[in-house]
Amino acid sequence: MKYIKDFKILKNITISDDTFVLELQLRQKLPIIFPGQFVEVLINKSKNTFLRRPFSIHDVNTSKNTISLFIKKVGEGTEALSKYKVGDIVNIIFPLGKGFNLVKNKKVLLIGGGCGIAPLLYLSKRLNENNNEIHVLLGGRSKEDIIKIKEFKKYGKVYISTENGSLCERGLLTQNSVLKNNFDKIYACGPAPMLKAVAKIAKEKNTECEVSLENIMACGIGACLCCVVETKKGNQCVCTEGPVFNINDLTWQI
Amino acid sequence: MADLSINIKKLLFKNPVLTASGTFGYGEEFEDFIALNKLGGFITKGTTLKSREGNAYPRVHETASGMLNAVGLQNKGIDYFIKTTYPIIKDLNTNIIVNVSGSTIEDYTAVAEKLNALEKIPAIELNISCPNVKQGGMAFGTSCKSAAEVTKAIRKTYKKILIVKLSPNVTDITEIARAVEAEGADAVSLINTLLGMAIDAEIRKPVLSTVTGGLSGPCIKPIALRMVWQTYKAVKIPIIGLGGIMNAADAIEFFLAGATAIQIGTANFIDPQTSLKVIKGIENYLSKHKINSINELVGKLSIE
Ligand SMILES: Cc1cc2nc3c(=O)[nH]c(=O)nc-3n(C[C@H](O)[C@H](O)[C@H](O)COP(=O)(O)OP(=O)(O)OC[C@H]3O[C@@H](n4cnc5c(N)ncnc54)[C@H](O)[C@@H]3O)c2cc1C
Ligand SMILES: Cc1cc2nc3c(=O)[nH]c(=O)nc-3n(C[C@H](O)[C@H](O)[C@H](O)COP(=O)(O)O)c2cc1C
Ligand code: FES
Repeated sequence: MKYIKDFKILKNITISDDTFVLELQLRQKLPIIFPGQFVEVLINKSKNTFLRRPFSIHDVNTSKNTISLFIKKVGEGTEALSKYKVGDIVNIIFPLGKGFNLVKNKKVLLIGGGCGIAPLLYLSKRLNENNNEIHVLLGGRSKEDIIKIKEFKKYGKVYISTENGSLCERGLLTQNSVLKNNFDKIYACGPAPMLKAVAKIAKEKNTECEVSLENIMACGIGACLCCVVETKKGNQCVCTEGPVFNINDLTWQI
Repeated sequence: MADLSINIKKLLFKNPVLTASGTFGYGEEFEDFIALNKLGGFITKGTTLKSREGNAYPRVHETASGMLNAVGLQNKGIDYFIKTTYPIIKDLNTNIIVNVSGSTIEDYTAVAEKLNALEKIPAIELNISCPNVKQGGMAFGTSCKSAAEVTKAIRKTYKKILIVKLSPNVTDITEIARAVEAEGADAVSLINTLLGMAIDAEIRKPVLSTVTGGLSGPCIKPIALRMVWQTYKAVKIPIIGLGGIMNAADAIEFFLAGATAIQIGTANFIDPQTSLKVIKGIENYLSKHKINSINELVGKLSIE
C-alpha cells in the first residue's frame, strides 16, 4: 500500500556544505517500510521544481513515527528543500519501490558512494537485527564527503576510501582492500559507474549483489514509464521493479 | 446538487472528469490514492497490437511548468491487456477507455477489433499522433487524408464509441477534427503532447534519447484551450479537452471553451488525487454559480 501524506519537519540538520538530513514526522502510525524503499517529495517552495523529487528513506523511527532523508544539494529542488524550517509541512508519496532483500546470519558488505549512503543506514539497522556480520565501505572525493561514520559503527565495521587520500585509503572506493575479502552478499548504492565496478567485482567473486539505481522519475508509481532500465526481462521501471535490482537481472553489468 | 453527468452518444459518464492516456497506467497504479469508481472514466496507456519496449532512457526532462517525455508507447500489447489487465479492472464502476496506438492501419484495426469484443470497454480513444507510420514516416494525425483514412478503417470494424485523439502539431487542428468527424468519430480528444526538445549545454547533446519529445503540463494549457475553442466552432461532435489541467479552475476554462469533458494528465504525477479534487471543485463552481448541469457550461464563453 502506498500513501500520500503531509509530514512535519522535526529537524533539518546540516551535515556538510552540501548535504543535510531532514527528519519528518507523520501524525499517524507509519506503515511498514523496507530498507531501500524511497519517497517522492513535493517541493512547494521552489517555483521551478515542477515534478516531485525521489529520495531514499535514510532512517525510520517507528516509535516517533519519523522517517529521515539524507539529501545532497545538486539543483534548485534540493537547494530549496535544504531551506525548509522546523515545523514546515512537506507532502510525500511513500513508501515506494522494492527494497533490498534482507539476509540472515551472513557476512555482508554495504557499499555507499556519495549520497548513495542514504539507504544504507536503515539497511544496516535491519541487517543488524537479523544477526548479520556487517561491513560498511564508504567512499567519496575527500574526507568532507565521508559522513555518518559514527552511526554506521553502531552496526558494523567501517572502511573508508577517499580519492585524494585525505581519510583512510587513497583511491576509488572500488580499489579498497576490504573488497579482497569474501562476503556472502554485497549491497551497493551510488553513482552508476561505481555500481558497475562493484557489480564486476561481485561477478568475479561470484558474490550475490544487489544495487540501488537512480533514474530520473516523473510519477514514482509506475504510471508514466519514464524511469526504465534495461533488464533481462525487458525494460523495467526503476520506481516499481526497483530501485533495488539484483545485478544478475540487469543487462549493464560488465 | 448540480448534475455532473454527460453523454457521448449513448455512453453515460457520471461526471466529466477522465484521466489521460499514458499518465494513469491501467488505473491500478492509482488505486491506493483514489477510488477509481469516482472517476467519469479513465483512459489506459496507449496499447498496440504487439508488445513494445519503447524508447531508450532518458525519457523524461523537466521544463518550466511542464515536462518532456519520450516514452515511445512502451506496453505489453493488446493480448496481454485482454488476458491479464482486463479481468482485474473490468468490474470497476466507471468507463474504461482503451487508448489505441499503432504504426499501420492494419495494426489499429486489429486492436480495435479485439476491443470490440470486450463487454466492459465501451469506447476506444484512437491515438493518431504516433510518429511511426508505414508510408513517409508522417504521423496519421498531421494530415487530413491519413487521419480520415484511419478513422474510416476503424469505424468499419469498431461498433462502440470511437474517440479520436488529435495532435496539436499541425497548422490547423480544426481541419483534422472535421476530417475525422466526417468519417464517423463520435468525439475528439485534444490535445496530445506538443513536440519539443531540451539540450544539455555542458555536453552539447540533447537530453532525451530521441532528441525531441512530447511536451505536457501547465505550459501547454493556453494552446490546448485555444485549440478546443477553435474546434468547438468547427465540429458538432463532443470535444474532450486536455492539456495542462491542474485544478478545477483550469477545467472550468475548458468547459467554457467548448469541452464536454476533460482529462487530467501530467497533474496525476504531481498529485495522484488531482482528478477527485477537480470533480469536487467543479461541483463547488456549479453550486456557487447556481448552474444545474455541467452541460449548461459547455461553450458558454462570452466574447463581447
Ligand atoms: C530512487 C531514488 C532515490 C534517491 N535517493 C536520494 C537520496 O537519498 N539522497 C539524495 O540526495 N538524492 C537522491 N536521489 C537523487 C535525487 O532525486 C536528485 O538529486 C534530485 O531529484 C535532484 O533534484 P534538484 O531539483 O535539486 O536537481 P535538478 O535541478 O533536477 O538537477 C540538477 C542535477 O542533478 C542531477 N540529477 C537530477 N535528478 C537526478 C536523479 N534522479 N538522480 C541522479 N542525479 C540527478 C542531474 O545531473 C541534474 O543535472 C535519488 C534518486 C532516485 C531515483
Ligand atoms: C509520460 C506520458 C505518456 C503519454 N502517453 C500517451 C499515450 O500512450 N497515448 C496518448 O494518446 N497520449 C499519451 N500522452 C499524452 C497525454 O495523454 C496528454 O494528451 C498530454 O500529456 C497533455 O495533457 P497534460 O498536459 O494534462 O498532461 C502521454 C503523456 C505523458 C506525459
Ligand atoms: S517514474 Fe513514472 S514509471 Fe517510474
